[in-house]
Amino acid sequence: MAKLEGKVWRFGENIDTDLIIAARYLNTSDPYKLAEHVMEDARPEFASSLSKGDIIVAGANFGSGSSREHAPIALKYAGVSAVVASSFARIFYRNSFNMGLPIFEIDSVDEIDEGSKLSIDMDSGVIKNLDNGKEYKFKPIPEFMQKLVNAGGLINYAKEKLEKEA
Amino acid sequence: MGLTITEKIFSEHAGREVRAGEIVEVPIDMVIGNDITTPISIKAFKDSGAKKLANPDGFSIVLDHFIPAKDIASANQAKISREFAWEHDLKNFFDEKDMGIEHALLPEKGLVVPGDIIIGADSHTCTHGALGAFATGMGSTDLAYAMITGGNWFKVPETIKVIFNGELQPYVTGKDLILEVIRQIGVDGALYQALEFVGTTIDTLDMDSRFSLCNMAIEAGAKSGIVAVDDITREFLKEKNLARPSKEFYSDADANYIQTIEIDVSKLEPVIAYPHLPSNGHSLSQAISDDIKVDQVFIGSCTNGRLSDIETAAKIVKGKKVARHTRMIVTPATQKIMEDASRLGYIKDLVDAGAVVSNPTCGACLGGYMGILADDEVAISTTNRNFVGRMGARSSKIYLSNSAVAAASAIAGKIASPDSI
Repeated sequence: MAKLEGKVWRFGENIDTDLIIAARYLNTSDPYKLAEHVMEDARPEFASSLSKGDIIVAGANFGSGSSREHAPIALKYAGVSAVVASSFARIFYRNSFNMGLPIFEIDSVDEIDEGSKLSIDMDSGVIKNLDNGKEYKFKPIPEFMQKLVNAGGLINYAKEKLEKEA
Repeated sequence: MGLTITEKIFSEHAGREVRAGEIVEVPIDMVIGNDITTPISIKAFKDSGAKKLANPDGFSIVLDHFIPAKDIASANQAKISREFAWEHDLKNFFDEKDMGIEHALLPEKGLVVPGDIIIGADSHTCTHGALGAFATGMGSTDLAYAMITGGNWFKVPETIKVIFNGELQPYVTGKDLILEVIRQIGVDGALYQALEFVGTTIDTLDMDSRFSLCNMAIEAGAKSGIVAVDDITREFLKEKNLARPSKEFYSDADANYIQTIEIDVSKLEPVIAYPHLPSNGHSLSQAISDDIKVDQVFIGSCTNGRLSDIETAAKIVKGKKVARHTRMIVTPATQKIMEDASRLGYIKDLVDAGAVVSNPTCGACLGGYMGILADDEVAISTTNRNFVGRMGARSSKIYLSNSAVAAASAIAGKIASPDSI
């Protein structure tokens, strides 16, 4: 797997799915339309000033609230390459994974400042702050979820299952 | 070491004994989608090459969020679900003519049954745990996986046992119990875990309150909330044509709990969650002394849009008038609740007092339509989330409460006790 690199946008704790994509925009599932309004109620300037590859770093319970898969979709199509947080809400964690939005858990998010440059090595499990050289080991993906990654995602895993049964 | 009710439900579905922490792939009894989340599932279903639903009778689509359509995009979005439902001759498809908010409608129809495993592409799917079932919210892709295979994978959750003891004070409900739990443990206090509700308070708690209680388990980050079956549950199910036979499971006395929380409710007042988190709970007396004026009162949602909520509100406002500078919106959660409330005279009492009564919909709760808040407006609402911008403008503020306090506040024009009205 590749390395991700990007500039950090800092957010606080409990960034809920209404902040990530407000329900007023859920009359469509068009990923590019959703992306235009990502994080609008948290930081209105976010969608228009984001550069492709930027990384969100946030506190605990990122993605709390609704089950809307529109949230990881909006982040991904807006160009966010990864979300690093001290913890994730359960449904968001699973949805991000299913949508192919890389997300990582580390405890020391408070050491990472807005605007700093991060590099994430998905193979070695290390997040490096390129501004000061500090390294953080992210928590490994649960083993079963790794199996789904190897199958090419949940829907491919379903396909394999259907073929086996046929 | 014994098993929790949740471990027992998973064990029965897995065909072997399973315990918290294990990953299991199990069949699902009911899969629920709505007008917002199902289109993404339908796309994934089609992309997978699947032709048939694995378990058509175990799949429901409920159009409830933006229906009747609030705009052209919502109409087109609903059309995707409608066309899929006709194409697959879906038995459990609920459109406008028998509409309702999914988590009120499915129990009413007997489509969710004790002992079930239920998933829904809606975070408040945990509501159905009130029937002694395991129910949890998932995303659209996970829903698609269940449409294709009939099951899904789960990590069997650890359980936090919440014991409520004591007799509830007047106007204290299941809503207040869960707001108190969330106040104590925080919005991520039960992350990935099940909340199991027991105790003498629960033994006499009515079903509507049990649904409210389990409904907001997600607001503590929980995977599910559950109340085991008893005579109150059996009475609720009695007249229904159940989709499957009911299976009753009970936690063993020596089951393993990751945490136990005991709450003496005998002195608990109604709890008001201040902006902008459901964990920001304060007592009603505190809210009264804070003199909080409200522009809008909303009574409805999958949390508190049931018949007892409408009844409570109607009895409080009967013969009185909603305050001059306050608006009151009441959204019965299903057509049946609307019909019952109408027959019992509650709708008339509400309308006479100056409330607007809407069709069943999730609309106002999530800032979709039918009651959007303007800049800087303040609402008291019986819904489940008071996040920034949840019900409208980013600068609006939401106070969460039970239906009695919300109704009293409509008359007073500020957060008020039902006793003062």
